[in-house]
Amino acid sequence: MDLSYSAEDLAFRDEVRAYLAENLPERISDLVRAGGELTKEVIEEWHAILNKRGWLATIWPKEFGGPGWSPVQKHIFEEECCRAYAPRIVPFGLSMLGPVLQVFGSKEQQDHYLPRILDGTDWWCQGYSEPGAGSDLASLKTKAERDGDEWVINGQKTWTTLGQHADWIFCLCRTDPDAKQQEGISFILVDMATPGIEVRPIKLIEGGYEVNEIFFTDVRVPIGNLVGKENKGWTIAKFLLTHERTGIAGVGFSMQALEEVKAIARKTMRGGKPLIEDPLFAARIAQAEIDLEAMKITNLRMLFKAQEQGAPGPETSLLKIKGTVINQELKDLARRALGPAAAPFPGHVTEGNLMFGPADTEHNAARYFNNRKTSIFGGSNEIQRNIVTKTMLEL
Amino acid sequence: MDFNLTEDRQMLADTLNRFLGEQYPVEHRIKVAYDAPYHDPTLWDQLVELGALYALAPEDAGGMGGTGFDISVLFEALGKTLTPEPVLGALMALRLLTAAGADQEALLTGATKYAVGITEIDAPYELGQIATVATAKGDGFALSGRKSTVYGGQAADVVLVAAKHGGGLGVFAVSASDANITSYGMMDGGGAAEVLLDDAPATLLLADAGAALEDAINAGIVAICAEAVGAMEVTHATTVEYFKQRKQFGVPIGKFQVLQHRAVDMLTEIEQARSIVIKAAAELGGDEASKYASMAKNLIGRAARLVAEESIQMHGGIAMTWEYAVSHYAKRLIMLDAQLGDTDYHLTQVIKSYTA
Repeated sequence: MDLSYSAEDLAFRDEVRAYLAENLPERISDLVRAGGELTKEVIEEWHAILNKRGWLATIWPKEFGGPGWSPVQKHIFEEECCRAYAPRIVPFGLSMLGPVLQVFGSKEQQDHYLPRILDGTDWWCQGYSEPGAGSDLASLKTKAERDGDEWVINGQKTWTTLGQHADWIFCLCRTDPDAKQQEGISFILVDMATPGIEVRPIKLIEGGYEVNEIFFTDVRVPIGNLVGKENKGWTIAKFLLTHERTGIAGVGFSMQALEEVKAIARKTMRGGKPLIEDPLFAARIAQAEIDLEAMKITNLRMLFKAQEQGAPGPETSLLKIKGTVINQELKDLARRALGPAAAPFPGHVTEGNLMFGPADTEHNAARYFNNRKTSIFGGSNEIQRNIVTKTMLEL
Repeated sequence: MDFNLTEDRQMLADTLNRFLGEQYPVEHRIKVAYDAPYHDPTLWDQLVELGALYALAPEDAGGMGGTGFDISVLFEALGKTLTPEPVLGALMALRLLTAAGADQEALLTGATKYAVGITEIDAPYELGQIATVATAKGDGFALSGRKSTVYGGQAADVVLVAAKHGGGLGVFAVSASDANITSYGMMDGGGAAEVLLDDAPATLLLADAGAALEDAINAGIVAICAEAVGAMEVTHATTVEYFKQRKQFGVPIGKFQVLQHRAVDMLTEIEQARSIVIKAAAELGGDEASKYASMAKNLIGRAARLVAEESIQMHGGIAMTWEYAVSHYAKRLIMLDAQLGDTDYHLTQVIKSYTA
């Protein structure tokens, strides 16, 4: 048993920390700290900075232009990025399609798409969920029919995150309507500029715009845009579900949230004293902090296992369940710590009703509401429990 | 970073699990744990012969080291079989004897059984509220006061007592024959004692013992928490096994999602519990030992209660019976919260750091 990082890992951590201190513009980290939406330009600027150092595609092996990091190094990198308030790396091309192409794609597809993901030429989005296929993803209905050298796609995708910025979308489409549900699905790449595609924004609970509905009407794409084998797309979907989910606990983000709750509770006054001196509220913070402290170790244990076995196990579902619950609890506490000061709608905060500065107040309630998504997306916590039931409890 | 046990500790775990698994089936445990002397003296002797206590001792006393991980490996094995042997008293006494630079031979060979008396009725957890007092008498000291719920006190030859001394706390050795000891069995099995000290002759082991007592308590917390992890894992596994056997409405009850998801939530909390014990074990003896011991005891208290109550509920009537093992695991998981500081007490300790 040894919970400390090796000397090499510590040296790596210092290297990352120094790089971030020097290369992450304060203008960007301030935006992240404030918690508002990041523009496409800001995200692309940050991606380019990391790409210049060779640190953008954190989970890619060296042969494809990744840094070839171990799971522990990747974890350290993510931890440091959170600590420095760097923007999250947008995962759709880098963490999702990239690994899929590396395992299932043809040489031509790898050579064409991977460099374009790295240099930001193509912004990718994910076409999985449909109005009638959420947790029951395999019931998806968007169909792709062969017509000569082309697929003709008709249907609708939804919850497409940052699809408004996307140049391309990877889609799960039904290619054999007569096969058993999971067996008639294919994984197809679609250029968003193709005629017949319409993107409609979905306004979210807190007023933000990050997800979309995407409609496909007789959208024609080349046959060669199929990844892997026809009707074997479900294998790819499952691969993505279990691939590189060690960061899924969001420990770094929860550490940020904990610090924020404490900072607000030190400044907010209740009954003439800082809120943090109220034992009832302090107890709520402490319980979340203890759970987070345990989660840090749980996360490292899974990382260690992934490193030893070469792949993370089904325990990552437990990380997702507990990690999101802890994060949501902390967001809830931050909102409650502010009390009525959390009420103004973002953008409506003025000097007159500003309490501690926008970093603490403006997006506080919005973040609480927005973050309710984390226990729903990426396989809801209920689906995660089904996975654990099957794989670990064998029921 | 390495989450594997060292070879030595893995061997200790394997030896203990095999020995306890063979010699200490739960039916036997239920027989010995509730009747005087509330443990199995033969098994105690065998445990000592196996060298279990040496795992808890520092290397210069001939032990394995007595680090947090030595403690957690031993107590997790004891927890799996719900062993009520008085090992906790031995562990805490070893910490105090080590701090005092005193000889540990009699403890390690099993010749002398120790218990540690800290708790009092009006000071269940807080060292600062201890009322038992030491006064100089002749060459030694005399103690007056009452130590309450002294775990393993029913079997002890010597009780190490924390008492007020010279403006702080001292630790004194009291021979069991010099105190008025009332023994009893406990709800969750095993024994304890009320130790009445009426001018009882005592030997000073440690003056200014605040830090040593805190260390002994932290070590005891790691032990109880590891014991809880062992007991929780067995309880969870038994429950999931029962899901597969028990049929209602024509199907095994494990087919019902309402039970499946609760079993997953138990598993999540057990993993979290294991993690926080690893952390507390790693920090034991260091500057932040008390902070992480408090975190561990709080989380374990919550997790253990969840596992105990949910296991009973999901089993149904059978887990309400004396005959079924889960009822005894559940009792231990609930009652250990009141040892060395409960969930709320330790949450309060964590909160103190916010305003310090």
